[in-house]
Amino acid sequence: MEDEFEGTFDTEGVIKKFMFVNRKAPYGTIYALESLETVLISAAFEQDTSVAFVDDGVYQLKKGQDTTGINMKNFSPTYRALEGYDVEKLYVEKESLEARGLTEDDLVVDVEVLSAEELSELMDEQDVVLSA
Amino acid sequence: MMHTVNKSPFERNVLDSCLRLAKKGSVILLYEDAVYAAAAGTTATDTVKAASNEYSFYVLGPDLAARGITEDQVVDGVNVVDYGGFVDLVVEHGPVQSWL
Repeated sequence: MEDEFEGTFDTEGVIKKFMFVNRKAPYGTIYALESLETVLISAAFEQDTSVAFVDDGVYQLKKGQDTTGINMKNFSPTYRALEGYDVEKLYVEKESLEARGLTEDDLVVDVEVLSAEELSELMDEQDVVLSA
Repeated sequence: MMHTVNKSPFERNVLDSCLRLAKKGSVILLYEDAVYAAAAGTTATDTVKAASNEYSFYVLGPDLAARGITEDQVVDGVNVVDYGGFVDLVVEHGPVQSWL
């Protein structure tokens, strides 16, 4: 009986392409922070991790966040630390930036700005996509 | 009457509903994710600019700062208030309708 399942849960050395799709603004809901924590977990498991920012998710990367007045943790510096966890594939959708009057220079990290069409291709290549 | 809105105009239609149903001349306060509506240069800017002629528009400063929006990036015609200013508005213009 035990033999039947042997190997089924052996994930040692398995690397999948994970993409985290962030669509929510920070602070108003807990989604952005929870997603960031999940990104760090996938990095700890040495997965091939990509992080995409679309819709209000682009606001997570906005420079100049100062949360002292709302008694919440400013987690935007953590995006700059992702590089240290070998999470270097950060993508931002061009259309989402433009709709919000933002440019790459308004963001706390270096990202690759992609059109919706390019991002769509990239999403389609993933093994796992987690959206928040 | 005073109206408060706390959702991003890019994610929900709360601001549009508020603007459709709030009586002209009312006070509207934007806070939490609704402060993005007060930032200049977005696809929501024209809506807020036009509405600021018909309503007294306010936005909560600490929520702007948390989201990295400086006061000089706020659309003309929208006034920035702090928590004390929020309370003053409620006292002066209440009752409050909270659009969630």
